[in-house]
This record gives sequence, structure tokens and C-alpha cells, in this order.
Amino acid sequence: MDQFIQLTVDALTLGSVYALIALGYTLVYGVLKLLNFAHGDVFMVGSFIGFGVLQLLGGTTDPVVPIWLLLVTITVAAMAGCAALGVVIERFAYRPLRDAPRIAPLISALGVSFFLANSMQLLFGATPRNYDTFDLANASLYTRGFNIGNVHVALLRIITVVAAVVLMFVLWYLVNRTRTGKAMRATSYDREAAAMMGIDIDRVIVFTFVLGSALAGAAGVLQSLRVPTTVAIGFVAGLKGFTAAVIGGIGSIPGAMAGGLILGCAESYAQGYISTKWSDLIVFSILIAFMIFRPQGLLGRADIRKV
Amino acid sequence: MSDSTPHGLHEGPAVGQDEWVARHAERTLLRGGPLGTLEQRLRRVPWWAWLILFIAAFSLLPVFEQSGYVRRVSFDTVLYMLLALGLNVVVGWGGLLDLGYVAFYGIGAYAYALLDSDKFGIHLPTLVAVPLIVAIGAIVGLLLGLPSRRLTGDYLAIVTLFFLQLFQTITTNGDSINGHNVTGGPNGILRVDPLHLFGHDLAVQHGGVFAVSYLYVALGVFAIVFVALRYVNESRTGRAWRSLREDPLAAEAMGMPVNWLKLLSFGFGAAVAALTGTLFASLSASVFPLTFYFVLLITVYTMVILGGSGSQAGVVAGALIVGPMLEVLRDASKSRVVFFVALVGGLVLFSRRSRGLGIVALATLAVGFALHAILGAIDSSWIAGEHQGGFAGVVDHWVVAPAHLARWIQPASYIGLIAVVLLVTLVQGRLRLVLLVPTLYLAAFVWENVMLAKPEPARYIVLGLMLIALMILRPNGLLGERRVEII
Repeated sequence: MDQFIQLTVDALTLGSVYALIALGYTLVYGVLKLLNFAHGDVFMVGSFIGFGVLQLLGGTTDPVVPIWLLLVTITVAAMAGCAALGVVIERFAYRPLRDAPRIAPLISALGVSFFLANSMQLLFGATPRNYDTFDLANASLYTRGFNIGNVHVALLRIITVVAAVVLMFVLWYLVNRTRTGKAMRATSYDREAAAMMGIDIDRVIVFTFVLGSALAGAAGVLQSLRVPTTVAIGFVAGLKGFTAAVIGGIGSIPGAMAGGLILGCAESYAQGYISTKWSDLIVFSILIAFMIFRPQGLLGRADIRKV
Repeated sequence: MSDSTPHGLHEGPAVGQDEWVARHAERTLLRGGPLGTLEQRLRRVPWWAWLILFIAAFSLLPVFEQSGYVRRVSFDTVLYMLLALGLNVVVGWGGLLDLGYVAFYGIGAYAYALLDSDKFGIHLPTLVAVPLIVAIGAIVGLLLGLPSRRLTGDYLAIVTLFFLQLFQTITTNGDSINGHNVTGGPNGILRVDPLHLFGHDLAVQHGGVFAVSYLYVALGVFAIVFVALRYVNESRTGRAWRSLREDPLAAEAMGMPVNWLKLLSFGFGAAVAALTGTLFASLSASVFPLTFYFVLLITVYTMVILGGSGSQAGVVAGALIVGPMLEVLRDASKSRVVFFVALVGGLVLFSRRSRGLGIVALATLAVGFALHAILGAIDSSWIAGEHQGGFAGVVDHWVVAPAHLARWIQPASYIGLIAVVLLVTLVQGRLRLVLLVPTLYLAAFVWENVMLAKPEPARYIVLGLMLIALMILRPNGLLGERRVEII
């Protein structure tokens, strides 16, 4: 039972990070019908921005600001940096190809992903960067928290999950309760019709990239608080985020959240009960099964194509 | 997508081409003058003559160049050409985005390593093993194609990408499947047999130098694959693939077996990749999981896109350019030559459109020398960095290279360069020309001080950039088929 609780806690932390990445995929796919392969690398860049700002603020051993402000600052900085990166990628790599055949922006996205990963390696090398959160205020992020039975739930995990939930709520509010969000939904439903109704499509798309990339940046920091980051994490993180988006139904925002949690659970239980080595295999097999038997995902709507 | 690549001057308009557009392009293409006549003469040379000429030229290479390094690079280039030909079937003809392609290359290599090594003590004769492996590749390809029955476009791309990831997971963790060591894990499989043809083991080394025999075997395989695929493309199936690529829905409405065609193109691509894998494994005498990963995938895609997907000659040309280019970029002194040749070549190419570029080039030169002199006068350590290799004499007086780079300079100059390049693409007219001067100089500075020090990421950055720029500026590559969308 203790193991089960422990694995569930793991699943929630993993799942919330996956859900944040998945939201970026889903948003962009919903509006542009484009698989943004570079999204995983935006996540990676976010984790590095977080690391850089953390060092500027004195690192974890000797921070110049209180802990809560430190955590908020690095997250916000990573979100802002990634949002800017997302806008640049959209403007220069995807916008010129918006009316090209479907395969063209996909290949361009592959190029962007490859370019980002290797640029980061050029500038910062391949060595892992550790946030060293253990040093922060005598490891209080790890020792504090609460217990369920014999299982200790560290404060760091609580922060990760709460931060992810807050961000998702903000996203839900932006998409469902603001004018821009309405424009986004309209564009996602039918881009041409939306344009004819006077919606500025370019603005909506830029806004979508800002939202998605900022979430990826936040996810990058949240993930790196627990796990050291390297320039190579983008590829697999992107695959997992995408898996989560597909399981939930790509294009659907609640679907991405659900997909992230399901993926987190699958991975965590597979690691705990079956084998650490083969957990990736299980995760990807689930994805391929979903792709083949229910491509619209759990909460997505099946596409009916009119000719 | 408008361009002026000639296609099928003496055939009718291709599938998906509007007749009027084709005729118009034809008229604008038939240039007058001696060059135009030469062009039309060359166009009349049949394809097999070109192929024979190409293979003959390639086979003469080891006669003139004795170094084992050059031979090895040319062998690798032939492998790249084969891989590009196979990918061309799926991407160029079938129009399907297959991101698991290099996994089939890996499957071929691993299958050969398992069937012809001490690993399990199996030593199948080459002439049995290779056809068997090609068949295995084709069957796995057909199986992977199965999802494409329900999935289209992006979804298919991602399923194939996951297939690549699965292949990675299985090969890296395959050293303990139920306690059996099957794939050797990250350590791979060593001591793989060389090819055995006509009663001889083909030795990899001959007197300490890379033996030429593998190059000739690879060239022979290349010729066979090229011709075979060419006939496939001209067959009923090939025409059906093209119609599938242009409009799957219309093809289906015409009664084409769309799903079977997709499976078939996957199968063909996979078979070629697996065949190439056997060549690779037998030559390297070892296989490791990480050879068959994202980097190789991007490399082969760049070749196909650069050469022009859909055109066999094109993708071969792409492989001929990209393969050696990656090799040259490994070496700092040679890669500088490539960089400056590309820079000057680009300026000359675009100067047809704008006279100002000549002035820009001169201004950049002047700015460089001036900056170098001024900074040198202020603090001589700012220009004390060492330059080696080609053009070193000129570069020494032109590009600023500090003896010790402050830590912030590298990221700042690199990101600054990206920013100005993007800015240049945004502005127009005279402003663009003015901005080009600092951009070019900054590019040279970054190349000398940041990129040359780390060839590994630097050459992949070049690949990634090529892929993006090609998709935007010239999606049909050098020799690709022009595609006109009829709405």
C-alpha cells in the first residue's frame, strides 16, 4: 500500500509536468493544425533559463531573495523567455509556411528542434545542470510537507502540483473567459470563417504560441527543480508531452490535462511494478494503441471531413 | 510554390500539374543563346547514360586518391545516397512523412550483426543473409505502415517517430531480455563478419588502408537499387503513388487501393534502408544503438529535401553535397574554407537581384580591417587569438579573435547574430543592405570564435538551419519536381 501511495505521488508530479507540456501541443495543434516538434526543445530552453536566473540570484546555497520569491522569479523568467522564443519560432519558421503543403511546416519544425538542441549544446555544453534545490534553506523543500501513512510527501512535490494546477486554471480562464480566448476558440473551430468575422488570425496565433511556450517554460523549471537538466532532454520530453496530448484528445484542453495525468500514472506504475528500463516501451505502446484504435483520444471529437 | 526547375519537357504535364502552367514554364525555360542550346542538348542525354557516367567517375576516385580516409568518406557517401533513395520512395513518391526511417537502417544492421557474428555463433552466408534481411526490413516496414491505414499526415509522422524511439529503447535495453543478452545494450554488438562474396571474405583493411572492395560493392548495390526503384516509379505502382501524394482523396475515389499503396511505399523504403544497414554493419564490424537516431534522421531528411524530394537524381545530389559537407565541417581549417566560400557564393548568387551586394561585400571587408586595427590599437590581447588553416593569413587581419573570451561573449554574440539575421529578413531595401554589413561581420566573428571550437554541434546547427531555410525558400530543392496545387 505504501508503495502504491508513493507511486501515486510520483505519478501526480510527473503527470502535472507532462500535462503542462501537452497543453502547449494541444493549443498550437488546435489553432494551426501543426505538430510543433520544437515544443520539447522550448521546454529544455526554459529549464536552462531557470538555471541561469537562479545563478544570477546567487544560486541555492546563497540566495539574495526569499525562497518563495526565488522560485516565482525563476519560473516567471523562464515563462517569459520561452514565450519570446515561441513567438520568434512562429514568426520565422512557421508563418512563411502557413499555406504550404502540410508536410512542409512539419519538416521545418524538425529543423527548428534540431537547431535549438544543438545551439544550446554549442553555447552551454552537454554537462547536466543541477538546480541543487536540496541546498535551499536546509533542504526544507524536501523535509517539510505532510505524511500519508508512512509516505512522506515533500513540499517540493506539492509546489510542483499546485503550480501546475494554478497555471492550468489561468489558462482555462484565458481561453474560456476572455475575448482573446474566444477568438482563439473561433480560430480553432474554423480559421477562414474566423478571419471573415474580423478576427486577426496572426494575433491569435502569436497569442497561442505565447501561451503554449510559456507553459512549456514553467514545466521546464518545475521538472528541473527535482531532476538535473541537460540540453538533450527536449526530444523525449516532447514525445511524452505529445503522447499526453494525444491520449487526452489533441486540440482539447481538459483532454491534455487528463492525458498528462494518465501518462504520469502509466509511467510511474510501470516503473514501480514492472521495470524502470521498459517503462518507456509501455508508455509508447499505449500511445500507438491509442493512435490506432482511438485517434481522437479520450475527450477529443472525431474529425468528420467534408469534401 | 513557383520555381523554374525543368520537369518533363518532353513528356506531358505530370500528375498534379496544370497544363497551362506547365506550358508557360516550358516557354520561359527554353532559353536562347549557346547556353540554352547546350541545356537542351544535355536534356536529351538519357538517364542511364548519366548513371553510368556517374558510377564510372565515382569508381575512378580511389584510383586517384589513395588515402583510406577519403575512401571511407566516399563509402559513407554511397550509403547516404542509398538511404536518401529509400527515403525518397516514402517521402518523395508516397508523400508520407516517415520519421522512423532510420530505425529500418538499424534493423538491417542489427539483423546482419545477429545473423553473421560470434554473438550467437550464427554465420549465414552473405548471399542468404542479405536477401533475408531485406525481406525482414520490408515486412517490418509493411507492419509499421499498418497504422497509416487509419492515420494521415501528422499522426503518421508521430507514430513512426515513436517507432524510432521504440527501436532505441529495445536496442539499448536489449542486453537483458528475460536475462538473455540479445542486442548487447549500449555496448552494441562487436566482431561482425565482413561480407563474403564469390568465395572471398571482403577485408575491410588492406595493408592498413581502407580496402576499396567495399566501395565497389556499395556502388554496385547503389546502381541496382537506383535502376530498380526507377522502374518501380515508372510502373503502374509508381504512377499510383504520385496520384496518392497529390490527392489521396481523389485517388481513393478513382478506385486506387490507397492503403495498400501506402503500405507498399513503406515496405520499399524499409527494404532499401535494411539493405544499406547490412553494408554498414559488415563494414564497421560493429553496431551501436545511438548510430540510428535523430541525428541521422535529420541528416537523411536534409539530403532528400536539399536535392529535391521526388527526384532520384536530386536526392543523390543532396547526399553528395551534405555527406562530404558534414565531413569537412569536422575539421576547423577546412570548415572555414566552406564557410567563406558559402558566404561569397551566397553574395554572388543574390547579387543578380541587387547591385548593392557588391558594395556590401566591400564595406564588410573595410569594416573588418578597420575594426581589427582599432581594437588592436586599444588592447592587443583582443586580437591575439590564433587562427589556423585555410585563409589564416587574411582572416588574421580581419576577424577579431580575443585571446581569452569572456564567458558572456559566446552566448551574447551567437544570440545577437540570430537576432540580426532575423531582423535582416524582416526589413527591405536599403536598410537591409546596410544591416547586412554588421550581420556578415558578426557571422564571421561567431564562426571563428564560437562555432569553430565545437564542430560537433556546429555542423548540426548548419543542418538544422538548412532544413528550415530550404522549406521556406525552396521546398522542392535543387532538382525536385515542381508541384502546382490546383484549387
